[in-house]
Amino acid sequence: MSDTVARTLIKGNEAVAFGAVDAGCRCYFGYPITPQNEIPETMSRLLPAVSGHYVQAESEVAAASMLLGACAAGVPSMTSSSGCGISLMQEALSYMNGSMLPAVLVNMARGGPGLGDIGPSQGDYFQAVKGGGHGDHRNIVLAPATAQECYDFMFRAFALAFTYANPVMVLGDAIVGQIKEPVRRTPPADALSPAQLEALAAPWRVEGRGKRGPGAAPRLIKSVYLAEGALAARNRLLQDKYEAMRAEARSLSYNVDDADLVVVAYGSIARAVRSTLRALREQGVAVGLFRPVTLYPFPDEALRALAAARPGRRFLVIEQNLGQMVEDVRLALFGAAGCGAEVLWHGLMPGLLANAQMLEEPVRMALAGKEIRS
Amino acid sequence: MNSSSMPTPDALRPRDDERLVFDAPASQADRPTHYCPGCHHGIAHRLVAEVLDELNVADRTILVASVGCSAFSYDYFTVDALEAQHGRACAVATGVRRANPGSVVFTYQGDGDMAAIGLAESVHAANRGELITAIFINNTVYGMTGGQMAPTTLIGQKTTTTPEGRHLLGEGGPLRMTELMAGLDGVAYAERCALDSVKHVRAAKKALRNAFEVQLRGLGFGFVELLSGCPTNWHMTPQAANRRISEEMIPVFPLGVTKNLLDK
Repeated sequence: MSDTVARTLIKGNEAVAFGAVDAGCRCYFGYPITPQNEIPETMSRLLPAVSGHYVQAESEVAAASMLLGACAAGVPSMTSSSGCGISLMQEALSYMNGSMLPAVLVNMARGGPGLGDIGPSQGDYFQAVKGGGHGDHRNIVLAPATAQECYDFMFRAFALAFTYANPVMVLGDAIVGQIKEPVRRTPPADALSPAQLEALAAPWRVEGRGKRGPGAAPRLIKSVYLAEGALAARNRLLQDKYEAMRAEARSLSYNVDDADLVVVAYGSIARAVRSTLRALREQGVAVGLFRPVTLYPFPDEALRALAAARPGRRFLVIEQNLGQMVEDVRLALFGAAGCGAEVLWHGLMPGLLANAQMLEEPVRMALAGKEIRS
Repeated sequence: MNSSSMPTPDALRPRDDERLVFDAPASQADRPTHYCPGCHHGIAHRLVAEVLDELNVADRTILVASVGCSAFSYDYFTVDALEAQHGRACAVATGVRRANPGSVVFTYQGDGDMAAIGLAESVHAANRGELITAIFINNTVYGMTGGQMAPTTLIGQKTTTTPEGRHLLGEGGPLRMTELMAGLDGVAYAERCALDSVKHVRAAKKALRNAFEVQLRGLGFGFVELLSGCPTNWHMTPQAANRRISEEMIPVFPLGVTKNLLDK
């Protein structure tokens, strides 16, 4: 395929920043933490040039709170962090869910628990897809695997955040953030323009009532509902929204048609798995890859379709944690709808660098129905 | 979404033979408040509303509310508003003001909210010189949760969590926020006032006006501390609460302007 569009050699973290600004992001609030520092560093350079605001906050608590304020004003805005920093943002994240605000957060995950290390990890899966903060809240979660996807997914993140008035998290890891690859700086086909984003926020943003003409009623953005039945009504509204968000589930499949074993992996681990599977294919082994691109909503229907298409085929989840996404895979494939497909699991310890060779043995064993847990 | 009513129904407008000598500010919503009898939030709200009217900025003003008794302050102003998490109002206000540079943004926070859980957010927003106005209600207790010790509780003061009276060592001394704020380069105006007497109320209004003025002129962060009564949690009559402000609080929290860049 000929490619005449210029490409820039940048890190995933830089691609996040370029993608965000190209998508219309005008406010960034953050606090330094490895391995995502290129995001705030790039933002501090890019945003003033487009009359935007870069603020280095005093903590991730403050950064996420500033994000809440900027989102309430209806301006495309974001923060980014990793590990313990994302934990500190959960308070604001819950409020932004409750207040229905279009926040975009990037987590270039590092190893945990606690201070952990600065290596890659998928240990934040539960925190990202199950809510993370208090109350029933759901974040749309996108999982890029390449620097190009870091760029492209920022457009998707802002489009989804404003379409649903809901926080969106882009969940990468130290590998995705630090890997340097050629990136095309052209908006993806389904991107929303900054004007479209603004139009989506116009009906609810706080802006000063005078902007809506003389005599306009004041607006209020909040998550507190004390009157009897009011919180129930608010949660029903949120539930309906979360249900509607299920239409946004996305996944990619590679060589699955004739595969006796389908490996399920996301993000940087999916790239290592793809190399493993390519080598095995050359040896005539029928294996394929299913890669969730949205982790929430989880692409369970696509996964069930794979199970139904070839009854008896096994699934092997490979992830860099102690077993998190495997629970969503098992839920998706459980019972008759999932054809009773067998789900095996292999975990890589957080902080380690995955490579194609080290995954070959667990895949071969899974073909024979044996599980090498880690 | 918002149920705040507009002020002064037509029924209350003067007839042809009457002359209007006293009115509610247009920026104040005409509705009963949830505050206790003798609480000073009502006076503070009214002063803020008068200032917004006089500066003619209500139509571009955004209020960032807090958590505590003043959590529902947005019900009593006719301006756009949003809720902040406990203590984070100055950070949230930073975000709103940066995203909407033409707006006028103020926070309205109690002592637990601003001086305990939100001390970092308040101090750093002030230090950055964010163009916001922070109104700080100091009544030396947590009101909404039932009278627990606040960072501003006086030494020896009995609260539900200092049954023997607050001890300096171990429980700390009363935080003097105005002095703390005045020491920060980003602060353009800092003054402590009290709401216990007519004279003090008049001074408080002037201070509030100045704290908005520095925002409008782009000079930096505006801060006003208002020593306020909480008869309910002090277990006093409103009259006794007023006396407590002048006899016990003002000696510990001296009134006056500690920073003013307006005349520079």
